Amino acid sequence: MTDASLIGAVPPTLETLRISKGRRRREVLVRWTLLLAALVSVVVSALILWSLFREAWTFITGVVWAETWGQSGWFPRRGIYDIPTIVVPTVIVTAIAMVVAGPIGLGAAVYLSEYARAGVRAWVKPVLEILAGIPSVVLGFFALTWIAPNLVGRIGKPALLTVGLGVLGLYAAVAGFFAWSRLKRYRDGSSDSSALIGVVGAAALLAAMGVGYLFWLLSLLGDFAPARAGSLAAAGIGVGLLTIPLVASVSEDAMAAVPEHLREASAGLGARRMATATKVVVPAAISGIVAAFIVATSRAIGETMVVFMAGGAADAARFTDSPFEGGLTMTAAMASLASGTDSVVGEGLTFQSLYFVGLLLFVITLALNVVAARFVDRVREQY
Amino acid sequence: MTDITADTTVDAGAGATVGAAAGGAAAVGIGAAAAPPATAAPASPAVPAPDAAALGLAGAAEPAPDRHTVFCTRDLNVYYGQFRAVRDVTFDVCQHEITALIGPSGCGKTTVLRCYNRMNDLIDGARVTGTIEYHGLDLYDERVDAVEVRRRIGMVFQKPNPFPKSIYDNVAYGPRVAGQRKGLDEVVEGSLTKAALWDEVKDRLGDSAFGLSGGQQQRLCIARAIAVDPDVLLMDEPCSALDPIATARIEDLMQEIKREYTIVIVTHNMQQAARVSDMTAFFTAEIHSENDTRTGILVECDHTKTIFSNPSDERTENYVTGRFG
Repeated sequence: MTDASLIGAVPPTLETLRISKGRRRREVLVRWTLLLAALVSVVVSALILWSLFREAWTFITGVVWAETWGQSGWFPRRGIYDIPTIVVPTVIVTAIAMVVAGPIGLGAAVYLSEYARAGVRAWVKPVLEILAGIPSVVLGFFALTWIAPNLVGRIGKPALLTVGLGVLGLYAAVAGFFAWSRLKRYRDGSSDSSALIGVVGAAALLAAMGVGYLFWLLSLLGDFAPARAGSLAAAGIGVGLLTIPLVASVSEDAMAAVPEHLREASAGLGARRMATATKVVVPAAISGIVAAFIVATSRAIGETMVVFMAGGAADAARFTDSPFEGGLTMTAAMASLASGTDSVVGEGLTFQSLYFVGLLLFVITLALNVVAARFVDRVREQY
Repeated sequence: MTDITADTTVDAGAGATVGAAAGGAAAVGIGAAAAPPATAAPASPAVPAPDAAALGLAGAAEPAPDRHTVFCTRDLNVYYGQFRAVRDVTFDVCQHEITALIGPSGCGKTTVLRCYNRMNDLIDGARVTGTIEYHGLDLYDERVDAVEVRRRIGMVFQKPNPFPKSIYDNVAYGPRVAGQRKGLDEVVEGSLTKAALWDEVKDRLGDSAFGLSGGQQQRLCIARAIAVDPDVLLMDEPCSALDPIATARIEDLMQEIKREYTIVIVTHNMQQAARVSDMTAFFTAEIHSENDTRTGILVECDHTKTIFSNPSDERTENYVTGRFG
């Protein structure tokens, strides 16, 4: 036998360096096991997508569009699948959720990363993350029994007016700034006239959207009658509460990663904390912050239990664009179809509509991610 | 030659008092160099030589009235939590002069520097005792707004730290956060010109500041600091991340701008302190063996020439001749 201390002194032979058969077999086994683990997740994702597409395609080709078109309601049992009836509530719930979660989450993140002392942060952040662990069933129940009667029922109208006009103002400011900076760049001669046509087109579209929004807001204020039980607004606020920790936590991580020397440089120039936060830290952390909003929006779109419980509709619904009425979101519609009184599992076209809605959700989330990635590329300040 | 000897004797006396009991002795030491700034620092400050010495002697009898104290530091102590980082520092900084703070690592130079624009306020648990008077006003008076202080007392950091923005936006940052909206172009051009960077960047003001070399970035940081038209510039080892050529440019620049500003510079590089500064404060650290911490103390503050040729304290001599430790 070779003495360990003599290895190196003795010139090697093939016998001392040879790999044992058992060892070689084990290496191969480990390799293939790990590959299998990696493949399972890929294959499962691919299979899900494929079945989604296949069943959705059956629905798209099989549904009698002439019957569904022009109807305003989602009544799967009667073969009426009006897509806007489930898309518009989804948009409303998501928008309300982001109006709640965006400012509160970002504010919490700025506080934690720029204002809070280390001791405060050490206990606030874990508490925030515990909040993220609250089961959505609990929040759904809370939304139905407390938010709906107390918040939406009592202060729904003034709150809608304030928040609605605030959102409109913010929208106008952002769109106006965008158009103005583009126009200025055009006047400086750094972009050509073909770009201007695009800008004018985009500006017209943005303006039209703004006007449409204003009319919608006014129509809501005209016939305000909050639903006694669940409503889209209650569900939206509930979903918003659910996503606050997500926005706060991910944004805070991004802001905490901004190097301290940039904050010192800013403070040394006589900037107050808020100026440092808005002009240095947030621009430097923008990709992480946008990511936080995207993840939160995706979560809000996909949230099921809260909207199912507090959204004020199940199984079927008439079309509504009012957050104060009950409505059926895409996820709630799917949940209704798949379970409960209206269970339709394996029941032909109605069953396949489930897949179609799922595909629609998937496409919306994907589009959101693509748009956000392009936005981040444009505004990011890389440090 | 006799002049120099005489001068150093006088200064050595003053310096010794500073080292021993601190107090107002530093002011006497400063008074001894009663020359107008331009004379006190000729083109090549490494050899301030006889005329300054002669003037210094003359001033020793009666301090010249035109030498204005900017920072009057008395018994300054800085604590980080329980830990005392700096103990009983007393010295003065005069207008339109370059005051260098030198000493080994961990001797509190940077801590002292950061007291002058209340940068230590940003650190949790930092606490300051003693007084720093800025043109006769107590900087740490509770009615004083640290942000207003920092607008008058700018800072250049060890590592060039431009914002991830364009060159233009970097320089315009200070005026913008102070609320200025008009005339930014002039401010940017003027500041970059003063920082000797204008010719190199005037055609690419919209480019990212990160595209500049290290030396250019540091001059950009100086331009950014002087864009708010401060009274004092604090520089924390501004050349330690730069090569010798970039360092030389920054040193020339300091000589240029000291006519308008008062400069306090922390440096590890003794040659740099000898080349650029008018006054030098030598710090060292007391090592507490029981808990392995260090507390910075000021050994002496005197004319740079005196510190480097004939310091009053043995520790200073050991340090400047490289025999430290």
